[in-house]
Amino acid sequence: MGRRVLVIEDEPNIVAAISFILSRDGWSVESHADGQDALEVIRRVAPDVLILDVMLPGRSGYDILHDLRADPATAALPVLLLTAKGQPRDREQAERCGASRFMAKPFANTEVLASVRALAGG
Amino acid sequence: MVPFDVLVLVCLAYVAFLFAVAFLVERRARARPLGWLRSPVIYTLSLSIYCTAWTFYGAVGYAVRSGLEFLTIYLGPTLVFVGWWLLLRKLVRVGKAQRVTSIADLISSRFGKSSGLGALVTLLCVVAATPYIALQLQSMSLSFAVFAADSSEGWALPDRNATGLWVAGGLALFTILFGTRNLDANEQHHGVVTAIAVEAVVKLVALLTVGVFVVWVVADGPADVFARIRASEIAAWEIQPGRWAGLTFAAAAAIFCLPRMFQVLVVENADERHLVTASWAFPLYLFLMSLFVVPIAVVGLELLPAGLNPDLYVLTLPLSLGREDLAMLAFLGGFSSATSMVIIEAIALATMVSNHIVMPLWLRAARVTGDVRGLVLNARRLSILAVLGLGYAYYRIAGGGAALAAMGLIAFVGVAQVLPALIGGLYWRGATRLGALAGVSAGFAVWLYTLFLPSFGVGVVLPEAVFAEGPLGVGWLRPRSLFGAEGMDPLLHALFWSLALNAGVFCLVSALSFPPPVERVQAAQFVDVFDLSRRTRGWARGGAEAEELLVMAQRILGPGSAQEFFRAEADRQGKEGFLPDTTPEFIDRLERRLAGSVGAATAHAMIGQIIGGAAVSVEDLMAVANETAQIMEYSSQLQEKSEELSRTARALAEANEKLTQISIQKDAFLSQISHELRTPMTSIRAFSEILMEPDGLPDELRTRYARIIHDEAIRLTRLLDDLLDLSVLEHGAVQLQESAATLRELIDRAILASNSIAPEREFAIERDPPAEAVTVMTDTGRLTQVLINLVSNARKYCDAAHPRLRIAVRAQGEAVEVDVVDNGSGIPRESQALIFEKFARLTDTTRAGGAGLGLAICREIMGKLGGTIIYVPGQGGAAFRLRFPRQLPRQVAGVA
Repeated sequence: MGRRVLVIEDEPNIVAAISFILSRDGWSVESHADGQDALEVIRRVAPDVLILDVMLPGRSGYDILHDLRADPATAALPVLLLTAKGQPRDREQAERCGASRFMAKPFANTEVLASVRALAGG
Repeated sequence: MVPFDVLVLVCLAYVAFLFAVAFLVERRARARPLGWLRSPVIYTLSLSIYCTAWTFYGAVGYAVRSGLEFLTIYLGPTLVFVGWWLLLRKLVRVGKAQRVTSIADLISSRFGKSSGLGALVTLLCVVAATPYIALQLQSMSLSFAVFAADSSEGWALPDRNATGLWVAGGLALFTILFGTRNLDANEQHHGVVTAIAVEAVVKLVALLTVGVFVVWVVADGPADVFARIRASEIAAWEIQPGRWAGLTFAAAAAIFCLPRMFQVLVVENADERHLVTASWAFPLYLFLMSLFVVPIAVVGLELLPAGLNPDLYVLTLPLSLGREDLAMLAFLGGFSSATSMVIIEAIALATMVSNHIVMPLWLRAARVTGDVRGLVLNARRLSILAVLGLGYAYYRIAGGGAALAAMGLIAFVGVAQVLPALIGGLYWRGATRLGALAGVSAGFAVWLYTLFLPSFGVGVVLPEAVFAEGPLGVGWLRPRSLFGAEGMDPLLHALFWSLALNAGVFCLVSALSFPPPVERVQAAQFVDVFDLSRRTRGWARGGAEAEELLVMAQRILGPGSAQEFFRAEADRQGKEGFLPDTTPEFIDRLERRLAGSVGAATAHAMIGQIIGGAAVSVEDLMAVANETAQIMEYSSQLQEKSEELSRTARALAEANEKLTQISIQKDAFLSQISHELRTPMTSIRAFSEILMEPDGLPDELRTRYARIIHDEAIRLTRLLDDLLDLSVLEHGAVQLQESAATLRELIDRAILASNSIAPEREFAIERDPPAEAVTVMTDTGRLTQVLINLVSNARKYCDAAHPRLRIAVRAQGEAVEVDVVDNGSGIPRESQALIFEKFARLTDTTRAGGAGLGLAICREIMGKLGGTIIYVPGQGGAAFRLRFPRQLPRQVAGVA
């Protein structure tokens, strides 16, 4: 079971919160704030679980996810998609793009932790 | 010897085989794309239903009776496929674009979706097809009789009429089973088409085999056959140019006017490109079918006893030479020819009868209630029974003795009456519904009177006296010498007069009548079908309720596919659920989709019922207005009116466009607000949960996290303040407080208020105090708010190493300009148009600390003050220019 999580999110406070929650649980957390070069960062870091925000500067999370799924190397990477627009349509689009899990902001800390544990376990 | 029961068994087995082919293909079609089953080869083979029992058996008889004249029947279609391929392509294109279900539908649709015209063409086709179907029943009964006569066991052939009845019944059953399984005529009958393609192969192989047998086994090869031909009476027949031209013409018209040919050529066509293959392959098929006709005729004449029906040489020749296997193959060939023709003809006619006669009558009688699907399907089934019943009746009354070819030609001349309206409709915009109605009616009447009714025999329907002296003794109205045309061949006589009157009346009435807008739109759609830039605009956005339309569509298409269609439409408009906006495009597509099931005129009527009976929409008129060139020919008054309406329509369209735009913007705005609110709330929730945990955090972390919560709460408050401010400004509920101040005071205040932002940065500000001495009389508080925003933005975003801000003031008459320019990298060109929009923040949130509403607020305020704010590119940094009147204008203050 891998213990490395990459958080792609442009809100430093949210990154700080997620890092705190996961680090305490024994995960090593890295983060990145920009959508434009996110794919390269993901390939370089090769996380066990990816937490991906949808509204990123430079490039949308959906687009990044789409490219991830198209690449055999990252097609199976567990991705927890975060979005601040909690509408049913967003959930559908997340599923269509191949998100392993989907979470609307604001979330409960226990929810993040459980999701990451489940994704790494599965 | 072939016992009767074996013969029946073979027929049943063959039909069962076809049934299996059709069934398997249908099942496969549902599971996945059909691949080679939808190939040009299958398409070409399906076209071969042109070759019916008439061609299979009758051509030899025709050759014996009239020499090479039988070739005209092949020559006509060949000329069309090779010479006028473009017509066929246009037909197929129009058929697909308008989702045409039959030739009656095409004509009805072209002439303003006229239900009367559709019914007339349907009637004509049914009447004309009747002798043709009778011909198939006759040929099958005859072929049964041949085996009966040949049998030494003398098995009692049931009554010839009974055979015909059994055959008709069996074919009706097969057709109903496969022709009326699904409702959408445009979903096409893959199974049946494949089955008739199989039959096409069987009949070709059968005829070629008999031919090869005759030439190489009975005779001594081609040279011998040619010698026999020269010696036979067939060689003595002279070509009659008039009949040749007339028959070739009739056959050429038949290849696309016959209902069954239209069905396979246009309706069942899967891909327009298949025509390219068919254009050479179909003539080749015809050539092969005609190759051995003369040899079989000649050898038959020599070997078989005189008085034997030459129509059956294909069968009797092998039988008389003891080759029962060949005879059986020939029998199956003839059986294939007849069954394939009857099946497709019945499907095509049943579609027409139910769409153009049953449904309009029923729609007139009752409002749309209940499930229409069942009714339509039952109407089709009954129509199939009726069509075959009529064919059987004709066969009983008239078919007994007549030669096969003569019966076929009656049908050819009958369906040729559609030709003027069809060609005119495709190539002449001036052709009108009244013209088509008058022309088809005239041709139909003449054909009935001069050819169809006389075909029953002198004295059967028309009394003998009418033939000899004309009706009521009027000599020039005698059915075989109309207008005193004596001594003409009856067929040629009928062909000439019916088509001449038809075309003449069609052109004359068209030229004299003026078509309504719907018809003119359709005319443009058909004539300019290759000009794809134009689109049908059937309905304007009326008061149509999507829900009502859905209820109706469910009745016709079935709940499943109707909901799927509506959901796809809603999705296309970016909406959820099953109810799209009733835009003209959507209604148009819905109408076409429904037209595939119930015909264009009916679909139009049904949608009209719901939309509120507005038969002519503004958009219709707009499409008409596009045809300016033609409108010039008519009154200038109408032209003015059309232009006026088209202006109105354009204005409406623009207003509509704007409303849609606003609605989209509103959705995007709400979604943005949701995002902007949820983002700080996420941090607040996460960190408060952390702080709530019992196990103690280090104090340092505790303080840091509490500060984050505090900052995010402030950010939320600021966002809400901005939103409220913007909302007040946008909705005009703002009270302006007019007061006097110098710009210097205001700029001082703004700089002071912005000092708290990034205080650690050294920030140089260049000013021009003398110029700033100008006094303004406006809402100075609001103006200061704008200045604070601009100065704060410069502090936040200016990315120069030594940030510098220049504030320049110019008085220009009654107005003042204030430039606020920094020395950073400025705003990228592609974003400059966006910055004044809400939430158009260009960089990431936290560095900016705002919600992306500042410049939108500035724009609103400047508008209220009677001024503007613009971005000035090319100033070496981000440069904003305010321009506003020194004295707040009265009307602005008044409005506010």
